[in-house]
Amino acid sequence: MSSIVIDTSASRKVKELLRFLLDSGKIDAAVTMRKIPENNSYDLTLITDAPDLDEAVPVIPVMTVNAGQVLSSISTSGKKIAAVLKPCELRAFVELVKREQGSFENLLTISYTCGGVFPLELVKEGQIEELLPKYDKTISKGEVPINTRDTCRACEHFIPMNADITVSVSGECESGKGCVMYLNTEKAEEFTEGFGGERSEQKFDPSLFQKTLDARLAEKGKLFASITKDGPGLDGLLDLFGKCVGCHGCNSVCPICYCLLCDFESANFDYNLPYFEEYLSRRGALRLPPDTIFFHMGRLTHMSFSCVGCGMCSDVCPVGIPVAAVFKKTGEKTAALFDYVPGRDVEESIPVMVYKEEELSDIG
Amino acid sequence: MKKEFTPRITSFLCKWCTYTGADLAGTARLQYPTSIIPIQVMCSSRVDPVFLIKAFLSGSDGVLIGGCHPGDCHYETGNYHARRRFAIVKSVFESLGLESQRLKLSWISASEGPKFARVANEYTEEIMELGENPTRKNIFL
Ligand code: SF4
Ligand code: SF4
Repeated sequence: MSSIVIDTSASRKVKELLRFLLDSGKIDAAVTMRKIPENNSYDLTLITDAPDLDEAVPVIPVMTVNAGQVLSSISTSGKKIAAVLKPCELRAFVELVKREQGSFENLLTISYTCGGVFPLELVKEGQIEELLPKYDKTISKGEVPINTRDTCRACEHFIPMNADITVSVSGECESGKGCVMYLNTEKAEEFTEGFGGERSEQKFDPSLFQKTLDARLAEKGKLFASITKDGPGLDGLLDLFGKCVGCHGCNSVCPICYCLLCDFESANFDYNLPYFEEYLSRRGALRLPPDTIFFHMGRLTHMSFSCVGCGMCSDVCPVGIPVAAVFKKTGEKTAALFDYVPGRDVEESIPVMVYKEEELSDIG
Repeated sequence: MKKEFTPRITSFLCKWCTYTGADLAGTARLQYPTSIIPIQVMCSSRVDPVFLIKAFLSGSDGVLIGGCHPGDCHYETGNYHARRRFAIVKSVFESLGLESQRLKLSWISASEGPKFARVANEYTEEIMELGENPTRKNIFL
């Protein structure tokens, strides 16, 4: 597999590639981040007409929605699509494909070594552009930018797994100088045929990112410790989730929570008079809305092993609960039971769909 | 003081093995404590993790799943799935620092009446050592 040397900024080069793909008819649509000039903000956009790529900024540390989640509904349209994804978005999409909620068949995936994204709060305030120069400098030194999402700072999977094309934008190059686009698959070679630029045989070298990895792991240790070493316990759990207003925003933005009818929004949780009467006859008082902690614990058991730590859930929480940190920490434990890494391999079944006869012998 | 309370152990017992085993313990007049509150399920794999969590948060002092021995599931593989799900719930409890001893899974066949009585006795004792589930009194949950 070959690679393409990037003579401009990584974002611009990916944009050129998308334009080439659209113009040559190799794809019907592109999924990329785009700048909204009117308000200095960004959004994820599905683009079919090349001129609409003008405002595209494929490589930008902003995630307004986990792109894996939205890809699930458009990847089965039969149209050829190129999507620029952050590594955790790609992993989320892999998790969805395993759940038959999407397909790689007509998809070209372009991902990059991710420096982490800024919280939406900063996006809302239009601060991204000001923050970028410092951000680029920090990641090129293999350090962790301070004001990115907490789970991004603690993310060790910043090198894309399974992308057709990997763009190196951090670690080995400063954004804009000497970045490389690695073509990892036959599909990538095929799609980029006829696309200009200097080719080389350079291979992606993860060891160049060792410093970043070490820094991230150190951050992860700190983040997990902040949720207390042995977990928060019952009182801590009340502290942690006590502010939850039960809006379920965290699960609606979670790429893994794909169920059209979530158990927690089903009739099972239709709180009605008999429910209240029965409950009050036992306890005498009931916190409203009910079952917020139950909701989080339920979600932890249902999907934490597939949590990709994208941080969407924390970012949308109106009361600032560190949902993603809790899910990432717990998810690493539940996944480790089965030597599972979410998004690692599309052929690997999700842990609750399979079993081994000889395992977990300490149970039962 | 601690010993005085009667624990409540919500017990999900599979129809084909453990529930029948419990019946056998009864007809054989084996003594086991009234703390066991049996709920019959068709298979241990019917027990969604949220059943365990709901029972725990509602104040059950212990939650027990009883199923057929591995390899003996009436539906062939249900208990293997139940075992994985149970491991996940336990791990979530541990990760949150909750008392995971309040969750138990035991394989008890239809012919193991004595084993059922023994597990019921031993688990009740273990729960009595642990004391009342603090969730019992917490109106916040
Ligand atoms: S987004 Fe926050 S407030 Fe809403 S349900 Fe999730 S944790 Fe609770
Ligand atoms: S639980 Fe939160 S961090 Fe994990 S995948 Fe879902 S939205 Fe992302």
